[in-house]
Amino acid sequence: MSSYHSAARLDEARRVAIFGGTHGNEMSGVMLVNLWVQNNTEVQRKGVEVQPFITNPKAVEKCTRYVDTDLNRAFTPENLSTLGGGDLPYEVRRAQEINRMFGPKGSPEAYDVIFDLHNTTSNMGCTLLLESSKDHFNLQMMNYIQKSIFPASCLVLLNEHPLLKYSTSRSVAKHPVGLEVGPQPQGVLRSNIFESMRDILKHALDFIELFNAGMEFPPCTVEVFRLSERIDYPRDDNGNIIAMVHPNLQDCDWEPLNPGDPMFQTFDGKTIHYQGSGTVYPTFINEAAYYEKQQAFATTRRESLVASAIRKA
Amino acid sequence: MELDEVVCFSRFSRVAICGGTHGNELSGVYLVREMQKAERKAKERGNDMEVITVLSNPRAVQRGLRYIDTDLNRCFTHAMLSGSNTNDAPYEIIRSRELNALLGPKGSRDAVDLVCDLHNTTANMGLCLISYSDSDWLCLHVFRHLQRQMPDVPTRFIHFNATNKESYSLDSVGKHGFALEAGPQPHGVMRSNIYTTMKMGVEHVLDWVCLFNSGFVFEGGSVDVYTVVRNIDYPRDRDTHNITAAVHPQLQDRDFCLLYPEDPLFLTLSGETLRYKGKEPLYPFFINECAYYEKGIAVSLARKRRVAIPAIRVQTEQEQQAKKDECTSEEEEE
Repeated sequence: MSSYHSAARLDEARRVAIFGGTHGNEMSGVMLVNLWVQNNTEVQRKGVEVQPFITNPKAVEKCTRYVDTDLNRAFTPENLSTLGGGDLPYEVRRAQEINRMFGPKGSPEAYDVIFDLHNTTSNMGCTLLLESSKDHFNLQMMNYIQKSIFPASCLVLLNEHPLLKYSTSRSVAKHPVGLEVGPQPQGVLRSNIFESMRDILKHALDFIELFNAGMEFPPCTVEVFRLSERIDYPRDDNGNIIAMVHPNLQDCDWEPLNPGDPMFQTFDGKTIHYQGSGTVYPTFINEAAYYEKQQAFATTRRESLVASAIRKA
Repeated sequence: MELDEVVCFSRFSRVAICGGTHGNELSGVYLVREMQKAERKAKERGNDMEVITVLSNPRAVQRGLRYIDTDLNRCFTHAMLSGSNTNDAPYEIIRSRELNALLGPKGSRDAVDLVCDLHNTTANMGLCLISYSDSDWLCLHVFRHLQRQMPDVPTRFIHFNATNKESYSLDSVGKHGFALEAGPQPHGVMRSNIYTTMKMGVEHVLDWVCLFNSGFVFEGGSVDVYTVVRNIDYPRDRDTHNITAAVHPQLQDRDFCLLYPEDPLFLTLSGETLRYKGKEPLYPFFINECAYYEKGIAVSLARKRRVAIPAIRVQTEQEQQAKKDECTSEEEEE
């Protein structure tokens, strides 16, 4: 039975960008984008213009997360519209430039899809980052990727939280897709992590090519992990950390954390337990860059989203 | 060396535990902080031994960086320590001179007896004691003690043979010294298991020193020592100097697993395997250490050998006095 009548008609995804080096010390994306800027054969697809792009070249050169401020938090409406030129922090100027090149954010001229490549010190494996539960194009793409790499897995993290959501570099596009692969230390290139990211992008671009060629994707259910809460380290009155992620929680991203389970361990060996009301799925456990953002890990809740059938308009 | 020979050393009166020499290697940073907090509650361990805890590079610690201007752990040669501070001197040079005044001066009678400098590595190295010497019996005995007290932690002794080059690291400021390196841990991250390993290691070092001071005779024996032979850099682009390959998945995380000629070393971005071309099987370590990309080191290679260590004990007061009298009479003769 054909679902022809119920398929949502969406615009072709003709203009696609691949961002690397949004954080200059997350090496998989830096290496992949540098490779594809030199030779883009691997990312070419029929009917798609693919632009690999280093978003934060100064941070990449210094092999640091950012120079003045986190680029991946800089794409706020205020930052994008503010004047000030040379006085502005480097990353704010960069955000404005990226918005000109790949946006403007929210307008019909914006790029169709932006993949933003990241690494994490957390044991998250391959994670796709989704910004809207209503983005059926992205949901279908993520479902396609998951089916293609099976039995390898790739989970979907949805950040739609009104307070915890932030203005990413990829948010300039109509369909922003974050790619987070770990564990990998900052400044380090691990071959297996690099190849995993490369493989996911290959399938993502295949999906876009098929969609643009007119293929219809039937309705599907996608399991997502919806971001719920940020949990900080226990700190003393001076703001110094007084406990570490508990050995039972360390590296257990995406595994259920139940009320009463060990969460932190103080320096003299005492256990601090999770006091939430129900089972959550922790992620970004012990991410290096989040110490300064007051986050030891984030909690998520499992949810099933239904993506409608989609087809090129 | 005679089987029943016991080598004597002066007692340890001052031991320094240093953390945060690299500001983003967090085990040492937090361990030193905790030890400083505990110090305010309880005093020394007895035996009249003073434990000095030092946060070596506080500015780098505050910013979560390895260093501000230059690597502090390369700033302890005599030349670098003896210059005068100019206005534009790198922060770490000024700091190395401060540390030398606090713990040294290097090479003098006033230097602390032992410097134990705490580090982390992104490489899968377990716990390593790193020293310039393979014949400092005190360090080798401390190492053997750590191995015996922590049988669940892979513990190894790494010897940097610096005969031609002068020692440049913080641990060279003390009369005896070594670095205690624990990994794998990403920089800027604190893993509880690595912290616990480091904490236990430091406790066992201090326990050993107290035992030594109390007159205990440590029997001789032998230990395995890994002596660094050479380093291998990443393949790099001729123009940009950027790396063009990653450590091969079959080598990644296999620190101290013997590397044979023709074993895979690197996997290029285009999928080609580059192999080890040396003639001699060697032991790899510091495999894919983040901070060594800029130093041109993808992996270090070492030879392993068994080193015999003599029995040792602390010099008694009479022996110390006899030695002093001997020195005085020598000076009088001159």
